[in-house]
Amino acid sequence: MQRIGVFVCHCGTNIAATVDIARVVEAAAKEPGVVHAEDYQYMCSEAGQLKIREAIKEKNLTGIVVCSCSPRMHENTFRQAAQRAGINPYMVEIANIREHCSWIHKDMEEATEKAVILARAAIAKVLLNAPLEAGTSRVVKRALVIGGGIAGIQTALDIADAGYEVDIVEKTPSIGGRMSQLDKTFPTLDCSACILTPKMVEAAAHEKITIYTYSEVEKVSGFVGDFQVDIRKKARSVDMSKCTGCGVCQEKCPSKKTPNEFNRGLNTRSAIYTPFAQAIPNVPVIDRENCIKFKTGKCGVCAKVCQAGAIDYEQQDEIVTQNYGAIVVATGFDTIKLDQFDEYSYSTSPDVITSLELERIMNAAGPTKGHLERMSDHRAPKSMVFIQCVGSRCADKRGKSYCSKICCMYTAKHAMLIRDKYPDVEVTVFYIDVRTPGKNFDEFYRRAVEDYGVNYIKGQVGKVAEKGDKLLVQGVDLLDNKRIVMETDMVVLATAIEPNPDVRKIATMLTASIDTNNFLTESHAKLRPVESPTAGIFLSGVCQGPKDIPETVAQAGAAAVKVVGLLAKDHLVTNPCVAKSDTLLCNGCSSCEKVCPYGAISYEEREVNDHGIRETRRVAVVNSALCQGCGACTVACPSGAMDLQGFSNRQILAEVDAICR
Amino acid sequence: MLRTEREQAELIKEISGVNTKKCMKCGKCSASCPAYEEMDIRPHQFVSYVQNGDVSALLKSKSIWKCLSCFACVERCPRDVKPAKLIEAVRLMVIRQRGGNYLSPDEVPELLDEELPQQLLASAFRKYSK
Amino acid sequence: MQVENKKEFRPKIVAFCCNWCSYAGADLAGSSRLAYPADVKIIRVPCSCRVNPMFILRAFQRGADGVILCGCHPGDCHYTTGNYYARRRMTLLFSMLDYLGVEHGRTRVEWVSAAEGVKFSTTMNEFVEKIYSLGENVRLEDLRCKRD
Repeated sequence: MQRIGVFVCHCGTNIAATVDIARVVEAAAKEPGVVHAEDYQYMCSEAGQLKIREAIKEKNLTGIVVCSCSPRMHENTFRQAAQRAGINPYMVEIANIREHCSWIHKDMEEATEKAVILARAAIAKVLLNAPLEAGTSRVVKRALVIGGGIAGIQTALDIADAGYEVDIVEKTPSIGGRMSQLDKTFPTLDCSACILTPKMVEAAAHEKITIYTYSEVEKVSGFVGDFQVDIRKKARSVDMSKCTGCGVCQEKCPSKKTPNEFNRGLNTRSAIYTPFAQAIPNVPVIDRENCIKFKTGKCGVCAKVCQAGAIDYEQQDEIVTQNYGAIVVATGFDTIKLDQFDEYSYSTSPDVITSLELERIMNAAGPTKGHLERMSDHRAPKSMVFIQCVGSRCADKRGKSYCSKICCMYTAKHAMLIRDKYPDVEVTVFYIDVRTPGKNFDEFYRRAVEDYGVNYIKGQVGKVAEKGDKLLVQGVDLLDNKRIVMETDMVVLATAIEPNPDVRKIATMLTASIDTNNFLTESHAKLRPVESPTAGIFLSGVCQGPKDIPETVAQAGAAAVKVVGLLAKDHLVTNPCVAKSDTLLCNGCSSCEKVCPYGAISYEEREVNDHGIRETRRVAVVNSALCQGCGACTVACPSGAMDLQGFSNRQILAEVDAICR
Repeated sequence: MLRTEREQAELIKEISGVNTKKCMKCGKCSASCPAYEEMDIRPHQFVSYVQNGDVSALLKSKSIWKCLSCFACVERCPRDVKPAKLIEAVRLMVIRQRGGNYLSPDEVPELLDEELPQQLLASAFRKYSK
Repeated sequence: MQVENKKEFRPKIVAFCCNWCSYAGADLAGSSRLAYPADVKIIRVPCSCRVNPMFILRAFQRGADGVILCGCHPGDCHYTTGNYYARRRMTLLFSMLDYLGVEHGRTRVEWVSAAEGVKFSTTMNEFVEKIYSLGENVRLEDLRCKRD
C-alpha cells in the first residue's frame, strides 16, 4: 500500500497570490493514499527539502507529490531530496501549479480549483509509480566539430588542449571560414589573416585534431556519449598524400571561368583550385562540374603538369564512420540574398556591393589586389555611400527580423580604413541606429566620425539608381528633416546575415531544435547558452545567433568546456523511463520494432510460463541503453505488451481519470 | 463627432489598419517618397504624429493632397507600417468632415493629360472620390 | 442568455503535451503570463507519439469535452519521427470519433515549439472557445457495463 506525501509550494507569492494554498493542502489530504500534506514558502530551498526528507522518514512515505513550478525546473531537485531520504527518486511526481496555473489565471477561485485538480492528477499518477533504476552508458572520448571556421577551430583547439581527440568536418576545401575572407578586424584593425592563420596551422598540426575538409556529415545516429557519424569525404580528385601544394596545376588549368566563391564571385578561378593562398590543407580540389576533363573527357592538363603525380580523376567519395561522445555545431553564416531588394540596384549595378564583397576588394589577396576600385570600370571612387540595416530588422518576408549585430562595427571599420588610405574619398553612412555595445566599440565608431570625418546621416536610403557612370542615391536626413539626393561612385550594403543554409539539414540529423530564423536553439537563453536542448549537442558561433569574432571565440571556448566536462565522465547515467515489454503478452509481431527510431528493439526466443503452459515464444526485448523513452512502440503494440516506465498506460489513464473526475 | 485628438488618432489607426508602434523611425518611407519635396509634413512624420495624437496638424496639412498613393513607402517599409494608408485615412477623415468634395467621373476627360500615368489617375479617384 | 450558459458550462479539456516542445511552450506561456482558460489541464508525455488513442477515448468516456494533442513541429521531434506517428494515428482516430458523434472541433492536433509561448496560449484560447461554442459533449459509454 502506497503512503503518499503532498508538498505544496507557495513560491513566495508566485503561486500563493492566485492559488489558495490551504485549500489545495486540504483537498490533497483527502485523496486516497495520501497520508501527509503540508505547504511551505519555498519547497526548493534547503529548508523546504528538509521538510520533505523529514516527512518521508517520519511518516514512512513511499512516494511524494510536489505542487510547485514546472518539472523542467525542479524535478531533479526533488528527486534528489527523495533519494537522500531513502526512497527511489522516481517515486516523485510534480504538479505544475505555477507555469500552468498561478501565472496564467487571475481568478483565485478558478486557479485554486485547477491547482487541486492538477494535484489530484499527480497523486493518481504517483500511486502507480514504481521504483526505477537508472542504467549507465559509455562515453566515447572523442568529439566532432561541424564547421571549420574560427568557431570550429577554437572549439577544437580547446578540446584538444584538454587532451581529447577532436575531428573537424569542413564542407569547403579549406578550414578558415568567413574570417579568412575578412581583411581587417574591428576594433583593433589587425589583419584577419595574421591572427587566423596561426590558429589554422595550430589546428592542423595538433596531434589530437583530425581535419576532414571537403567533407560533410551524412548521417548521425546514437545519442549523448556515443553518437555514430558517417562523414562523406568528397572526392578531391587530388591525392592528399602526394600533392606538394606547388600550385602549377591551378596556373595551367585551361578552365578559368568559374566564379570564385572565396572572392564572392567578384572574379573567377580555375576548375582545379584552392580557395585561397593560405588554405589548410594546401591541396587543391577539382571542381568536377566545371572541369573540362570531367565534362568532355578531353584535357588532363593538370595531371600532365603535376610532377608529384597527385591528380587522380578516378577518386571516389569515401565514407568514414566514427563514434563521438559529443558534437559541436559551428556552421556559421552567410549573407542573405538581395534579389528582393530591387530599390538598391544590387543586381543591376556592379558598383553596388555588399560589405563582404568590399572586404574582398580591400584585401591584398582579393580580386583587385587591395586597391579600392569600382567593379564596373576599375576607376577609384571619389565618393562612397554605406547603407545600414539592409534586410536586418525587417518585419516583412524580404529580410530578417533580427539585428545582424556586426554591421554597425564593420561599417565604421570600412569607413575609417577608406578615409585613412584614401583621404580624398567622401564617405557617407546612412544609419537607423548606431549600435556599438562592446569593449572599445563606441570609441571606435566615434573615431570614425571625429578623427576620420565620416559623414553619418540618420535616415534611410529609399532608392539607388544608375545615372550614367554614377549612382544616384535618394535618402533622407531625419534630424534635419530634409531630402538628400546625391551622386556617388560606389554603394556598400550592410547586408543581413543568416545561418548557413545547410544548418537545417544538420539540425535535423542531430535532432537539435532550430528557431524560425534557422538559428539553433540553446537549452536556456541565459543559463545554458552553448548547449542544445538535445543532450550531447553543443553550439559554437553564429549558428546560435549573430556574433562578432571576440564573442564567437568566447562561445567556442565555452562550448569546448562543456564538451570536455562531458568527455571527462567515465559513463553517463541513462534515463530509466524506457520501454519494457511484457513477455507474457507479447506475440512477437514486430510492430514495435518498425516504429522504433533507435533500433532499440530486438527479438529473442524465450521460454515463458503462460498460466502453467511452458513454451518457447518469440518476444520483443528492449535494449535500455538505446531506448530513449519516446513511447512510439507502446502505441504501436497491438497486444498491449509494450509499456513505458514512468509514463505507463495505467499512469496516464489515471491522470486522465483524475482530470475528468 | 470625435472630441479629443487622441480619439481621432485612434480612429485613423482603425481606418488605416496601421500599427504605428511598429515604426522603428528609419525614414525609408520619406527616403522613397516621390512627393517628398511637396509635403509640409513628411511620410515618416505622419507615423509619429498619429502615434503622438497630434491630429489637428495632420488635418490641416497639405501633404494629404500631395501624396500620390504610389505606395512606394508601403512597399519599402522594413517594418510593414504602411504610411500611405495612414495618409489616406487622414484624407478620408477630412473629406468626411467636409461632407463631400469629391471628383465626379464626368470631370475626368478635361483633366486628362497625355503624360499622366494611369496609376495617378486611379489614385486621384482614390484621393477625391470618397 | 448565452453569457449565462457560458457560466454554467465549464468544459473539461485535456491537453497532452510532449515534454520537449509543447510542455516547454506551455511553461513559456506561463512565464510570459499569457493567459488561457483554466479549463485546460495539461498532461505531460515524453512525446506526442506516446499518446495512445485509448487515452483520448478514455477522456471522452470520462466526460471530457475536448482533447488537444500538442507536439513538436514536423521535423523538430526530439525523437526524430514521433510526431509523424502521432499525426497519422490522430487523423484516423479523429475521423472515427467524428463517426461516433464526437465533432471534429473537439479534437485537435497542434505543433507548438518550446519558443512558441504565444502560440500555445492563442491555440488554447481558440480551442476553449470552440468547445464553448460546441457545448457539452456526448458521453462515450461502454454499453457492456450498463445494466438494464
